[in-house]
Amino acid sequence: MSKKNPNYRNSFADKFTRWVKGDYDPIAGQMEMNAPDKEVFGDERIRYVHLHIVKSNNYSERMFEEGLAKNVRRFTGLYKVFGAIVAIFIACLLLWTVSYLPKFGDPNAPENNEVATRYIEQGLSETGAVNIVTGMILDYRAFDTFGESCVLFVASCCVLILLRVDKDEDPESRAIEDMNDRHYEPRNDTILQKVANFLVPLMIVFGIYVVLNGHISPGGGFSGGAIIGSGLILYLTAYGFEKTQRFMNEKVVKALTVGALTFYCFAKSYSFYTGANHLHSIITPGTPGNILSAGLIVYLNICVGIVVACTMYSFYTLFRKGGI
Amino acid sequence: MGSFATNYEEIAAVLLFVIGMSNLVFQPNLLKKIIGLDIMDSAVYLFLAAKGYIEGRTAPIVVDGILDASHYINPVPAGLVLTGIVVSVSVSALMMALTVCLYREYHTLNIDEIMMKLRKEED
Repeated sequence: MSKKNPNYRNSFADKFTRWVKGDYDPIAGQMEMNAPDKEVFGDERIRYVHLHIVKSNNYSERMFEEGLAKNVRRFTGLYKVFGAIVAIFIACLLLWTVSYLPKFGDPNAPENNEVATRYIEQGLSETGAVNIVTGMILDYRAFDTFGESCVLFVASCCVLILLRVDKDEDPESRAIEDMNDRHYEPRNDTILQKVANFLVPLMIVFGIYVVLNGHISPGGGFSGGAIIGSGLILYLTAYGFEKTQRFMNEKVVKALTVGALTFYCFAKSYSFYTGANHLHSIITPGTPGNILSAGLIVYLNICVGIVVACTMYSFYTLFRKGGI
Repeated sequence: MGSFATNYEEIAAVLLFVIGMSNLVFQPNLLKKIIGLDIMDSAVYLFLAAKGYIEGRTAPIVVDGILDASHYINPVPAGLVLTGIVVSVSVSALMMALTVCLYREYHTLNIDEIMMKLRKEED
């Protein structure tokens, strides 16, 4: 459509050009652009936090009017009937499929093909990892694991965006947050603190052991990172935010996660580049069974462990107080 | 009916999947819906782990230098389950964060009540 056409204004092309230039926003005025006012959360919030537990759930009486309630009940009945039909149909379909699957534990099943054989027979000599699964996920399919770590990182970013409470907010709402926090979580509980004194070092040391032994025994970055993260969460519940924020604040979490992901990306890019171009690589598989063997796998496991531990910890703190 | 009588693990996975799905469909509470989705995830892991198992073989960790494929189970499903666990953790966290936002806005976790309030706002 040319610009001389009288219908050019308000046409798609015109809107698109204006959108590219930045003076037209297609969703302006159609959706809520700013956060709701603080009044929504003010006194109302204290009230619902403390009264909601007492509230009964007979919502249909107080929510719906007389005529509407009838329709809603009819719709709910229909919905339940159709839901049950769909559930039973899917159950029968899947059970019918199961009856055509190969027998459980059958060595000749089609999924036990040459891929698995190749991983088992060549895995140890090519990657140096005694644990074949670790060798598979951190060497042959390392970019897949990189994507998984990035998924965790992006998920924690999204939760941060959704649940963030701004630092420079007025002290009043901070005080309300603090009061709500104390309402649900114990403060300076002696039993919890004594148990945490004993358990937290054990958990963190065990997590580090699992991460470092990922290539010679069951374990690896994901499970070890989850153990370390739960140790940190236990420490946080026992001693409160003042103690943990000395070593795990927003800056530390950001630096650790981004540093680990960047190192992972560069290390694996190097090894893929040299491998694809048949160049000499400085990374060698080493002696199988040693801690410092299996090339990059130990370092990649440490990176993944750091990312997982930071993500677990930040999920907990974000859900509890809206900030790391 | 083929191997219906021997595939107990797969049958358990299917039943778990349907239980999780009915939770997702029938529960009006958003948190219980998320729990239902997590049960469905667990059913998929159980199915994958059952498909990787081979009768009479050990876990794929090389012991005593035996590098024979007829000695270990299939390592591929283990890697797939790992991917699934990571994605399900991320998805659960994201959905729970969205639920917290909805609760702050509408002061309820019931999806029907939220829909009613939304419709009233639109009118």
